[in-house]
Amino acid sequence: MALLEVKNLEVKFGLRTGEVTALRDISFTLDRGQRLGIVGESGAGKSVAAFSILNLISRPGYISGGEILFDGKDLAKLSTKEMRYIRGNRISMIFQDPMMTLNPVLTVGDQMVECLQAHTKINREEARRISLEKLKLVQIPSPEKRLDQYPHELSGGMKQRIIIAIALLLNPDIIIADEPTTALDVTIQAEIMDLLLELCTSQNLGLILITHDLGVVSQVTEQAIVMYAGRIIEQGPTKEIINDAQHPYTQGLINALPQQGIPGERLNQIRGSMPPLHRIPQGCAFHPRCDYADAICEKELPGFTQSGGCQAACHLVAGRIALKAKAEETH
Amino acid sequence: MQNIEASSPSVWARFKGSHFWHSFKKDKVAILSFVIFLTYILASLLAPLIAPFDPYDMTQFDIMDSEIPPSWQESGDERFVFGTDSQGRDMWSTILYGTRISLTIGICAVLLQAFLGIIIGLAAGYFGGRIDSFLMRLADIQLSFSTLMVAIIVLAVFQAAFGAELYQDLALFMLVLVIGIAEWPQYARTIRASVLAERKKEYVDAARVMGLKSNRIMFRHILPNTLSPILVISTVQIANAIISEASLSFLGLGMPPSQPSLGSLISSGFEFIFSGSWWITIIPGIALIALVLVMNLLGDWLRDVLNPKLYKG
Amino acid sequence: MLAFLIRRLVQAFVVMFVISLISFSIQDNLGDPLRELVGQSVSEAERQALRDELGLNDPFLTQYWRFAKNAVQGDLGTSYFFKEPALDVILKKLPATLELVFGATLIIVFLSVPLGVYAAIKPNTLLAKAVMGFSIVGISIPVFLTAIMLVYVFAIELGWAPSYGRGELVHVMGYWESGFFTADGLAHLILPSIALSSIMLPLFIRLIRAEMMEVLQSEYVKFAWAKGISPKRIYFLHALKNTMLPVITVGGVQIGTMVAYTILTETVFQWPGMGFLFLEAVNRVDTPLIVAYLIVVGAIFVVTNTIVDLIYGLVNPTVKLTGKQSH
Repeated sequence: MALLEVKNLEVKFGLRTGEVTALRDISFTLDRGQRLGIVGESGAGKSVAAFSILNLISRPGYISGGEILFDGKDLAKLSTKEMRYIRGNRISMIFQDPMMTLNPVLTVGDQMVECLQAHTKINREEARRISLEKLKLVQIPSPEKRLDQYPHELSGGMKQRIIIAIALLLNPDIIIADEPTTALDVTIQAEIMDLLLELCTSQNLGLILITHDLGVVSQVTEQAIVMYAGRIIEQGPTKEIINDAQHPYTQGLINALPQQGIPGERLNQIRGSMPPLHRIPQGCAFHPRCDYADAICEKELPGFTQSGGCQAACHLVAGRIALKAKAEETH
Repeated sequence: MQNIEASSPSVWARFKGSHFWHSFKKDKVAILSFVIFLTYILASLLAPLIAPFDPYDMTQFDIMDSEIPPSWQESGDERFVFGTDSQGRDMWSTILYGTRISLTIGICAVLLQAFLGIIIGLAAGYFGGRIDSFLMRLADIQLSFSTLMVAIIVLAVFQAAFGAELYQDLALFMLVLVIGIAEWPQYARTIRASVLAERKKEYVDAARVMGLKSNRIMFRHILPNTLSPILVISTVQIANAIISEASLSFLGLGMPPSQPSLGSLISSGFEFIFSGSWWITIIPGIALIALVLVMNLLGDWLRDVLNPKLYKG
Repeated sequence: MLAFLIRRLVQAFVVMFVISLISFSIQDNLGDPLRELVGQSVSEAERQALRDELGLNDPFLTQYWRFAKNAVQGDLGTSYFFKEPALDVILKKLPATLELVFGATLIIVFLSVPLGVYAAIKPNTLLAKAVMGFSIVGISIPVFLTAIMLVYVFAIELGWAPSYGRGELVHVMGYWESGFFTADGLAHLILPSIALSSIMLPLFIRLIRAEMMEVLQSEYVKFAWAKGISPKRIYFLHALKNTMLPVITVGGVQIGTMVAYTILTETVFQWPGMGFLFLEAVNRVDTPLIVAYLIVVGAIFVVTNTIVDLIYGLVNPTVKLTGKQSH
């Protein structure tokens, strides 16, 4: 059995105007040393998915169904105390904006030491020694100086390195990185991504990388999930998804990449925009924006169809595969 | 908020469909507060019609009627529902007139605050640079001196300089002036912030590139945008102004006993509380608390519903 | 640190200069020292001679300079009523006011933080709602009215606490006579302290709750949860320390209001402090005493604001570098 197995996860938000389902039917698995990318536009539910694994969705959101099996235990059913043991210890997180992630009134050292001391019985000196070791691991310039500095004395790139160091403090099994480079300068983005990738391989970490950037996913991850309006619409090996996307939405995302466009021409955008969670259309949620939408797309929710190593939730793909199978049969 | 502003024929229909109206309908506290507030406004507007006596007319009250307890008490008198004060004035009539004065001072002072604050805020945001930093520095300094303290000192000096008698004639005017001038920074900061936000927007640049005067367009956007913070600030500010006025009157630096506000009524009753005549102090006290409380509740509710970006200071 | 001190000193100097100017203009325009010295029977020529002699006909600046020089040496004139140096009269009353403020500050600090934090952490509990309800009622009752109601209920009707004065005092040192060391003195302190804190306490509860709720939504608090550290540490270190920054700033702004409230509270409880004295001085047009009060209050204001700034600097690490608060 895989180390982390998410099964039919469902998350709802209880709003004043009624309940809204933010995530439906999310399933995937991850082991140590594997790297999984979750891709989608903003609002697709990627971050909710990431936060729900650690049961960190803020009110009024809550996990309304499914299982998050980690080491055989369902994280959704753990007590707060048991959950605390997992957080930052077995599974740690890297947040989107390093400027906002570190507490401005505490030193870097304090913020590292407290994490170690929350999970292990060690004294301050020992904790500082481990912290320094991890700071060296993330290749921060003059690491000795950093422990007694406050976040405002550091650049954005350095802060993100420190956050990565904090995530590594207790040698976790899995790191969840929520858009770890989006808020950084373009030049630093690549550095941080490379560092993350290198650490994952050298430390044999499991990585869940949440991003809207297909390019990053293709560089870093082995498996990928494409999300749309709170659902997975395609998943499979990253290479296959990038090179041979099945779902029209994924194809649209890939065509919208700048390197796919012809210089001087408009980028190929997907028309329209993603529906808000309380107004998700019937049938396939993507059908109003889909160029190939059929009558069935407006009525029926598509199930997953296996195509190569990928699974896509699309009537079109299902039809195509069925035709192919028939053709092969008659052959 | 724009729903209230618009002048199309469907204003009322649009207002009824708005988030504002829906939250109001659902919030019992807000409805109750609003009803009580309206009652206060009506009572003070119609005080001369409602009040059975005219507390300013010396011939209408008799010292023989002094310190009669409220009518529901044993030695009460039917003519005086809430009893009488030490001069034999009907408390009910005096409270009605007192509320009128308290509300007048509160509203006028806040109008003055808003007027000064909007002009200074516009100037600071519009001219920017040194004028801006000077005005905002001034606002900081003004804020760090408490309004009540400044008012006490100014009014005390004024009273000492001009003598109590002349002061009594000018009290209403002075109270409005002092409370009005002392609290402009609240408005100025809010207005300035929205001018700055507006200046950053693209259409201002666009207008400038096209050689148009951007200022007029800008100001036409700014005032509607600041309407919700101004509404929230004003509600709370009127409540605060009423408290300040009452406090100053209690210290003898506000309205004179011959023309009492709620504060001076409480003040003049205070010396009789030890002899058991509680109603001269407590009843106007409750009237004052209820008025300020409903205004604060409305202010809180408005803040929750409109959720404006308020300047924290 | 040095830059901070210099900046603070300059600021203090400016504030004291403005206050002294105001005080001097008051003294110049209010009350005629001659009236106090000679009375009505002296002829106009003699008055002028005396005026010259006293320097009252000197140019404004010369007179101000003399005033300032005396003020720096602690000479703020002689109270008309008490026939004593005005500064001495004020300073004798200072301990009473300070003890009252101290009592109220204790109440505010020790109640507002736990209640505000609780109301922010568990906003839907009955207790939190009760606290918030109490707070909005609290900020709606003027201080003097709270004081009056306390007197009426607890002193007159129930007779649980004394209604006025400071009770039995113990001489500590110099002008300082304290009510903190006798049961009677403490009993006298309770109602006035509650009255003085009656608006500030709910104000700070509301402020702390609002700021705390905002901080709890912040990314760094979410990150702290993700690190698996204890709720206690998150609430009382990560969140509270950040919550306190705006609260300290507001605290500094509220010092002036607190002084104004002492005047109201002391009037109701006939508390023999500076505020009560000031109001008497106003009614008697005792100009030197009014001026002395202004200058002492100004000095207190400068000192407390400096302390508040220092505390802010201790809590907020970004202050030391830039010398300005960054938000």
